[in-house]
Amino acid sequence: MAIIEQPVTTGGIALAAPVTPTKAQGGFRRPVSTTGWKSWLFTVDHKKLGIMYGVMAMFFFLLGGIEAVMIRMQLAAPNGKVLSASVYNQMFTMHATTMVFLFVMPMAAAFANYFVPLQIGARDVAFPRMNAFGFWCILGGGIFINLSWFLGGAADGGWFMYAPNSGPIFSPSHGIDFWTLGLQIAGIASLTGAINLIVTVLNMRAPGMSLMKMPVFTWLTLVVQFLLLFAVPVITVALFLLSFQRNFGATFFDVSAGADPLLWQHLFWIFGHPEVYILILPSFGIISEVLPVFAKKPLFGYPFVVFSGAAIGFVGWGVWAHHMFASGLGPVSVAVFSISTMAIAIPTGVKIVNWTLTLWGGKLRFTAAMHFAIGLIVLFTIGGLSGVTHSVAPSDTQQTDTYYIVAHFHYVLFGGAVFGLFSGFYYWWPKMFGKTLNEKLGKVNFWFMVIGMNMTFGPMHILGLQGQPRRMYQWTEARAGEGFFNLAFWNRIASIGSLVLSFGILLFLINVVKTSRSKERAPLDPWDARTLEWMTSSPPKEHNFDVIPTVHHLDEFFHRKYEQDPVTHEYKQIATAEEILADQEAHADKHIHMPSPSYWPIVLAASLPVIMIGVIYSIPVAILGGIFTVLAMFGWALEPSTAPESDFDPPASGESTKELAPLV
Amino acid sequence: MSDVAVHEADHGTHGHITSTGLSNNKVAMWLFLGSECLLFGGLISTYMLYRGRVSIGPRPGHVFDIPFTSVSSFVLLMSSLTMVLAVSAAQKRDDRGTTLWLTVTALLGATFVGGQVYEFTAMYNEGLGFTTSLFGSSFFTLTGFHGVHVTVGIIMLMSLVGIIKRSDIPGDKAEVVELIGLYWHFVDVIWIIIFTLVYLIPA
Repeated sequence: MAIIEQPVTTGGIALAAPVTPTKAQGGFRRPVSTTGWKSWLFTVDHKKLGIMYGVMAMFFFLLGGIEAVMIRMQLAAPNGKVLSASVYNQMFTMHATTMVFLFVMPMAAAFANYFVPLQIGARDVAFPRMNAFGFWCILGGGIFINLSWFLGGAADGGWFMYAPNSGPIFSPSHGIDFWTLGLQIAGIASLTGAINLIVTVLNMRAPGMSLMKMPVFTWLTLVVQFLLLFAVPVITVALFLLSFQRNFGATFFDVSAGADPLLWQHLFWIFGHPEVYILILPSFGIISEVLPVFAKKPLFGYPFVVFSGAAIGFVGWGVWAHHMFASGLGPVSVAVFSISTMAIAIPTGVKIVNWTLTLWGGKLRFTAAMHFAIGLIVLFTIGGLSGVTHSVAPSDTQQTDTYYIVAHFHYVLFGGAVFGLFSGFYYWWPKMFGKTLNEKLGKVNFWFMVIGMNMTFGPMHILGLQGQPRRMYQWTEARAGEGFFNLAFWNRIASIGSLVLSFGILLFLINVVKTSRSKERAPLDPWDARTLEWMTSSPPKEHNFDVIPTVHHLDEFFHRKYEQDPVTHEYKQIATAEEILADQEAHADKHIHMPSPSYWPIVLAASLPVIMIGVIYSIPVAILGGIFTVLAMFGWALEPSTAPESDFDPPASGESTKELAPLV
Repeated sequence: MSDVAVHEADHGTHGHITSTGLSNNKVAMWLFLGSECLLFGGLISTYMLYRGRVSIGPRPGHVFDIPFTSVSSFVLLMSSLTMVLAVSAAQKRDDRGTTLWLTVTALLGATFVGGQVYEFTAMYNEGLGFTTSLFGSSFFTLTGFHGVHVTVGIIMLMSLVGIIKRSDIPGDKAEVVELIGLYWHFVDVIWIIIFTLVYLIPA
């Protein structure tokens, strides 16, 4: 699309009419729509892609939530009859897969895509088409995995898919094939996304924004992308080996052929433990933005938060075998991984201390975003403490594969990761959509979620320590025990809790619908925020900033609004957000060439599931998909990422044609 | 990888202005290669675990033809030299030299892949199939992944030869040659590790 953002006048933005491309490059003429469904399908705009990631992730969140409620309904009463044993296996496998790979990761990617370029003062990511490609891959992968529900049953080996459950004898349906190949596609999305965002953060920061002036969300996103960069290839290897076993007759994990089933466990958890931090660090980043804003104080110990985040990123590679204490690793390995697991609690603890001290003495405003952020600190701490109990190997041996583990990781992932994401929704909604989510309903939403979550996952500590195994299909009244430790009672509480929790999430959806119908516009700077993403209009213009800001401070936007009195050391307001924006608009860059939309990302991404379908059902189809893939890559490579000069409107006479801020 | 390598146009006359001073494409290629290290790390670990696990079929020492593989390894190593010459020619804007050395590099790479196909066929005839033993599966997986990487490299080199003279193709061509050179050297280095661990160190 040929978009020249004309100089922005106070009267608004004058968009040039799209010009039909002069010629086809890489096979197609470029798409030119600026409105309608085509403008979304072929977009390379990081903000549109961020919203698309978010919508997709929310859809899978609801799907995974429905799966979770069905699991709890099965366990609500003795001898549950809601699901058959086989469907129950599929349900918990797909619940975890969906929540980990298709909800938390893409939702974190949604925030990263939308806000990292804004927070570092860039106009887009480094590789806009690759960004679009990543989204279409994760969407294609997610749909592909879930197709298995309709084609003979979904994966049923548990989300970590241990041998021999992953083998053809115990899982003869195609479910695990769909799971394996679909995750490969999703892995491509993670890998391209990681490369893209790392390059963006390293290379595209606004002038003056040194690494230690970057917002914490951007910092922790950077750490997460490095974790993805190195963790994804390991699961890729594991998934390839499993595919070769299931589809081509190899015996990598078949004990009867002399294989070592621990190979899968090691490969999976070398990926899987960094994955845990991939899930939680974005939420840590979000609340590290939210807490200072609503405490009206800078983040306490910014370098400590940054470096402890990086430390988590490093140490996170040395703890994977604590998932395998029960597998007979031998005393030395167990001791080493016990100690490293205890050690990783330190940087995490540092963060909790920093957040708490950020609140200390602050002028706290208890908005919905703040509620969720404080909820994260409390609930994650509970989950973190039960996590430390796993690092003690003898204690872990008793807890392995019980509901205690289920309780632990739901406290850190639901109480931690999900609460952080919700905090992000309430904090950034006005920036993304120009409307503020209803605060009152938001707080009700929070309390239902926090009560529901504790009702659901709290009792699981008791259930687990009493020995209720994880993934247990039914329980019987006769073996439920008595008194305080009556398992029937706590299972019922957990099941009721899951409904309370679901109602809380329903309230969020109602809030979204209500807000989108409301006509009330959000103020430009509703929270008195501190970072660059708030220094532009809401929602931001396609080119993000009229002028690329020059950064002098950590929390640049705050320092543009407030000045410290040299005598009293108190901050006095010197400018409002509106004034800062008006000043930018008055000095807007003349010509900004944004990257042009392209057909290729979606075409390339669409050819991958064709290969995968072919691997399962018919090799010729796979070859056909492969040919499409190669052709799409050539089309992509031959198409310039920004339309040629001839596709742009000629500049009005007398204007500079110099690009003041080239994108790439 | 052609998507990463060729795709970001250096639009107009200005150069890249990046925070690190390195071009986006180059940083991206280094990151990708870093990620590839872990991919081969996983595959090599799998092979090292399983190389002695032979219940039926030939053992590693029986099927390896070390003189033959040494020669094909030498050919692959020489292709790194010609790749350097191609990069050097590209930086001097010498299209003829670039085309020549890119083609030679691709041919040397193709010789290596041809050698690998011959080697695999010979092994198969000696009774080592993909599913014969854990050794066979992990050997073919590891060397097969490497072979695919070389093949992708050859395709990229030949595509470069095809477009190097065309002016309507986006991107700084010298940089594209350099990026594919990085990839090519990486694949060579991985082969040195594989050759040492798989062929030279007895199981």
